[in-house]
Amino acid sequence: MSLSFAEEIKIPKQEWSFKGITGKFDRSSLQRGYQVYTEVCSSCHSMNLLSYRNLGEEGGPEFSLEQVKAIAANFEVTDGPDNDGEMFTRPARPSDKFVSPYPNVKAAMAANGGAYPPDMSVLVKARKGGADYIYAVLTGYTEAPANFELEEGVYYNKYMDGNKIKMSNPLSDDLVSYSDGTKASETQMAKDVTMFLTWAAEPHLESRHKMGFKVIIFLIILTILVYFSMRKLWSRINPEE
Amino acid sequence: MDNSGKKNNRRDFLFTATYAVGAVGLGATIWPFIDQMNPDSSVKALATTEVDISQIEPGKTVTVLWRGKPVFIKRRTQSEISEAQSVNLDELKHPEKDQDRVKKAEWLVMMGICTHLGCVPLSDKGEYNGWFCPCHGSHYDSSGRIRKGPAPTNMEVPKYAFIDDNTIKIG
Amino acid sequence: MSEQTYTPKSKFGKWFNDRLPLLSLASHLTDYPTPKNLNYWWTFGGILTFCLLSQIITGLVLAMHYVAHADMAFSSIEHIMRDVNYGWLIRYIHSNGASMFFLAVYIHIFRSLFYGSYKSPREIIWILGMIIYLLMMATAFMGYVLPWGQMSFWGATVITNLFSAIPLVGDSITTWLWGGYSVDNPTLTRFFSLHYLFPFLILGLVILHIWALHVPGNNNPIGIDVKKPSKDTVPFHPYITIKDLFALLIFLIIFSGFIFFAPNILGHSDNYIEANPLVTPKHIVPEWYLLPFYAILRSVPDKLGGVVLLFGSIFILMALPWLDSSKVRSSIFRPLNKIFFWVLVIDVLALGYVGAMPAEGLYLLIARVGTVYYFAHFLIILPVLSRIEKTQPLPLSITEPVLTGMPKAEFIKSDKRHV
Repeated sequence: MSLSFAEEIKIPKQEWSFKGITGKFDRSSLQRGYQVYTEVCSSCHSMNLLSYRNLGEEGGPEFSLEQVKAIAANFEVTDGPDNDGEMFTRPARPSDKFVSPYPNVKAAMAANGGAYPPDMSVLVKARKGGADYIYAVLTGYTEAPANFELEEGVYYNKYMDGNKIKMSNPLSDDLVSYSDGTKASETQMAKDVTMFLTWAAEPHLESRHKMGFKVIIFLIILTILVYFSMRKLWSRINPEE
Repeated sequence: MDNSGKKNNRRDFLFTATYAVGAVGLGATIWPFIDQMNPDSSVKALATTEVDISQIEPGKTVTVLWRGKPVFIKRRTQSEISEAQSVNLDELKHPEKDQDRVKKAEWLVMMGICTHLGCVPLSDKGEYNGWFCPCHGSHYDSSGRIRKGPAPTNMEVPKYAFIDDNTIKIG
Repeated sequence: MSEQTYTPKSKFGKWFNDRLPLLSLASHLTDYPTPKNLNYWWTFGGILTFCLLSQIITGLVLAMHYVAHADMAFSSIEHIMRDVNYGWLIRYIHSNGASMFFLAVYIHIFRSLFYGSYKSPREIIWILGMIIYLLMMATAFMGYVLPWGQMSFWGATVITNLFSAIPLVGDSITTWLWGGYSVDNPTLTRFFSLHYLFPFLILGLVILHIWALHVPGNNNPIGIDVKKPSKDTVPFHPYITIKDLFALLIFLIIFSGFIFFAPNILGHSDNYIEANPLVTPKHIVPEWYLLPFYAILRSVPDKLGGVVLLFGSIFILMALPWLDSSKVRSSIFRPLNKIFFWVLVIDVLALGYVGAMPAEGLYLLIARVGTVYYFAHFLIILPVLSRIEKTQPLPLSITEPVLTGMPKAEFIKSDKRHV
């Protein structure tokens, strides 16, 4: 008998500003990442747990209120029924959820050759390896090895399970043009959008880190105080200690 | 003597400090459990509502939902306006000028909630040509002011603004 | 004991206490004589009480925001995580709290195994503890279903299917459990209802567990009875309370590390994918604290056999006080039992490890060996061992080793007369 492992694909670790106990997101990277999401990913991938208002909230991309309103107004949402009982469309408001590219899962599958492009709201937490994995897949498109068989509409990816993916390489150099002058290289875009998706999956990460730091310092102080109080008390029982 | 006194003080100080720090921690722990019952951010985001008023006929009232409560928007006729403006303030339980209750005389915007115990009054009913609350019989006039019955104050005017001639933003 | 003669000082206190002896109870709890030689392994009782209360309080809060419906459960959890004030904190306390609860309960159980706390006259405490443990597993399992992620759904499917192994009525029972022909909305709502109920049953049993404990009093590291209460024991408050508090704070530091800096490390990423009855995740694994049992289940190539062993592995523990007939409680004085205790610890850890791995190849072999050993430990090794083992001499009293500083080695030599 022998250990039978499926060949484990190693996901390379990246440096992320949000890692570590004082980790924070990079604001401008989040803003660029939103741009990549909305200009590239959002044509197939929904993010239906997010609202436009989230883009302006503390700890996120922190767009200004005006920017958030302008972003939301770019999208049409269905509202109603109005007084005549008809549904109507109106520009989205910050309180609206992100508009999905497809009306439902079936429509999304039909438009994508039977593969459902997963909702991206918590994608980073829903994949083993998290941000590193997303980044690896985005930058993992290479030529398939000579004897590797690929069906129609399936692409080769170094880091995907089984090396097969139904999404064609979504990113290429200068696919978007960043307003802050950053060069939109493929890796830069992959980094930015991964940062954005990490925030989307864990929007309170920064306040969690901040609070955790304070809580643990506090607990250590209290523990030390309790320890000495305990020593004092027990010295009545075991005087020699 | 001196020594043991000092020692006692230090012991008392240690226990007091432990209790104090512990109490602070307990207080800080309780807060999230209280605050979680306050309106969450998705509720707060809906704190304003925009209403299209272009379709409202003179003399008609529409009721819109704002923060889960009804808001009456009434397009008042000229006679209703003059009736509301001509009331002698001394007759009122809760004296308020009609002019202070509206931004444009034609439009009365107020919370559709009886100030007695929170029922929704009926439009165009009651003895004062305004609203009547069926729960306990409060009568309001065409400015939404209490005229008769148990309600203590006039119906409340929410914060609102005219974005343009046809749109009101409540909140 | 002193609490029997307790009379409140104030007139009102006396009037009240005559009608409802709450003050006598409080006095009993504060003065409760506790062996003074308890070590830090004994602080987990207090830690577990904290865990239970913390789970109940955070759970109560989560239930205010959670929606128990198959279409909305997943997004309502995300609503808690995103919108509710401090919702993320409260949910992470609850989800990691379950893990910490089990960590503490395992230490508590193994402490009892090592020091023989299950032995006469504490059998009822032990059995109540085992029932609590069973209810904890049921509660944790049903709680894990509530987020309605992929692991929730498929975990529920697999576990409820265990009952289909019962001959004749199996299928009817699973259908009854589900309220349909598969795990679906009716299953979710009944699991929510029971997940809310069970912690209060546990709380009731914990009260009985403590009551039963207060009859004979605590066991202690050297496992001998208290001889002279005035010398061997201390009042529970403040001596034990402060020690428990100190240990609890250390525990909370570790707990906070998980909550704030690695809140998802003990969970499974698949549970952030909404439940989909058409797609099964690649590896279905339960939460870490159920892994040893999962390994036992999978080690048997027969459906009914696996289920029988799974439940047998827990129920066998209830018979432990009668399987181990040694009169000596503490393993400090049982050289053989001490060794086999650690072998059992390693066996359970190994089972837990292979429970997380695919059931094939060497892993399956380890699982089978581990399962056989687990049952052999309780059914063969302990009964035999407790008859043939030459135990070491016991100390005269609790106070003696405490006062002589280095207890064991020196003490045992000088006390030959007690063989």
